[in-house]
Amino acid sequence: MKLVIAMLMDGVIYASWLFVIAAGLTLIYGVMRILNMAHGSFYAIGAYGGASLVGFYLAGGYPPWGAYFMLLGAALIGGTIVGLLIERGLLRMMYGRDEVVMILVTYAILLILEDVIKLIWGVDAYFAYQPYTLLGRTKLAGLSFANYDILLIFVSALICFVLWWGLNRTRKGKLLQAVIHDRDTAAFLGINVTRMFTVTFVIGAVLGALAGALTAPGISVMPGIGVEVIILAFAVVVIGGLGSVGGALLGALIVGLARSAAVHLYPDAELFVIYGVMGLVLAFRPQGLFAIATARKI
Amino acid sequence: MKYATTMIIGAGIALLAAGLFMPGWLTFLLTLAFAKGLVVMGLLLLMRAGLVSFGQGLYYCLGAYCVGIAGDYFETQNALLLILLAVVVCVALAAIIGLLLCRYRDIFFAMFSMAFSMILYGVLVKSSAFGSSDGFNVKPPLLFGWTPTGESGPFLAYGLAVVALVGVGIFVWRYLRSPMGYAGEAVRENEIRVEYLGASVRRIIYTKYLLAAAMAGLGGGITALAAGHIDPEMAYWTTSGEFVFIALMGGVGHAAGPVIGAVLFELLRTYAFQISPYTWQMILGIALLVIILYLPKGVWSLVERVTKGKPL
Repeated sequence: MKLVIAMLMDGVIYASWLFVIAAGLTLIYGVMRILNMAHGSFYAIGAYGGASLVGFYLAGGYPPWGAYFMLLGAALIGGTIVGLLIERGLLRMMYGRDEVVMILVTYAILLILEDVIKLIWGVDAYFAYQPYTLLGRTKLAGLSFANYDILLIFVSALICFVLWWGLNRTRKGKLLQAVIHDRDTAAFLGINVTRMFTVTFVIGAVLGALAGALTAPGISVMPGIGVEVIILAFAVVVIGGLGSVGGALLGALIVGLARSAAVHLYPDAELFVIYGVMGLVLAFRPQGLFAIATARKI
Repeated sequence: MKYATTMIIGAGIALLAAGLFMPGWLTFLLTLAFAKGLVVMGLLLLMRAGLVSFGQGLYYCLGAYCVGIAGDYFETQNALLLILLAVVVCVALAAIIGLLLCRYRDIFFAMFSMAFSMILYGVLVKSSAFGSSDGFNVKPPLLFGWTPTGESGPFLAYGLAVVALVGVGIFVWRYLRSPMGYAGEAVRENEIRVEYLGASVRRIIYTKYLLAAAMAGLGGGITALAAGHIDPEMAYWTTSGEFVFIALMGGVGHAAGPVIGAVLFELLRTYAFQISPYTWQMILGIALLVIILYLPKGVWSLVERVTKGKPL
């Protein structure tokens, strides 16, 4: 029983973390048809930014609860700057290229950003554990969970709701859906598709950075975290169906629960399970769980 | 013999002769570059059919581990036997995985092939018998009783790489001019029409996938013998990304593209690493962006522009 609860809780916590990363990735893909490898770097930038902002803030002796706003602020600032720079400065020139070429473009951006991060923050690990330990721990059925992790579940649920609300219940969101459905027709109807792209990319980048900033207190922030995260996020969005926010949620839950089951029952299979699940889903649903079928070219 | 075949064999002999006078570091660098060129040659077949595999690292790594493990297990260092085994094992695995993969296109093909290579990575990292994430050392190869020592040590692997490159190069050059080769581009342009013409898209893709796996296994096996050390990193997605990078850099329009791309890539990486150890990745990334922006058909398109007067 204890094992089941531990597995469920760990799985859901991991899933909520995965969802925040995958949401940005899937949003960008859905609107722009770019599978953004540089998303891992956005994550890393958020983590580094969050860790160093929290460090500065606490070193100044301000009240500790403000550290949470520092994390959010780091994600907002970092994501906006990087997102704007990349979309306006680079991707703008590449629109209309093949999807696979766009993967390579973002791969190049990933390579560049990895070194930019090393240049700014160096290669040493950063720690910002204060926001993590500040909230204390809760006992649940004899097991101890960090409150910060539990808070993460609610934050993730909130992000999911905001995304759903924004896409389905606001005017801008509906316009965005028109762009997703048919870019050319949307442009004919007077929607500023270019601006939609920029805004989407920045939102996606902020979500990626937010995932990093929220994770920063729980880990040691060091080079290479972005590269590891991006393939996990890929697995999640591919399982859920590329471009679907609901799919990302489901994919995150599947991957999160599968991984935590593996970690508790047979730790050696941790990586294997994630891609095994992805293979299994794709074998039966080649487009992922939630994707809309596309017409074939004749 | 045809003109092109003679040219390729001539280039091979020239490379072998040059190898005798090369400094050790260059021999080593070229061996690794040629091994990667072999992998990318296979990727070229897939990419011409519109399929970009982000998982050729699977066969690259598998080939290398086959050579390493079989060398230990059978206590043989016969280079030819080991490499042959690597190719056979890779083709066998590709025959199974390919059945599943040839149903997928575009990004799904890319992601699914990446998933398989990450599974191998995950398994290898956790298998302590093979040194987990550190990998293990491969004994130096020998060929029909000839044990190269000292100076001639790296030359054996180099020679193997050149011979393999010549063989695969001739094959790919001819294959691209065969009906099966042309079918690849037809599949990329329009699958349904290919089916209407009576060809099986599935079979075309499956064959190409097997060929690509064989070449990747060959490249991996040679890398293991040349480098003397293998680790799971060879199956990590960044390695597969490198192969796609090389393919794009060299261009997939011609069989020579991958080789030129691989040599350029290794040179670029080596020099970038030497000049600025902290920003070599950035240099590679910028090079990739420049090529995508200004040379979308790869470096080989420059050669074609000069020789055939083709516009870019």
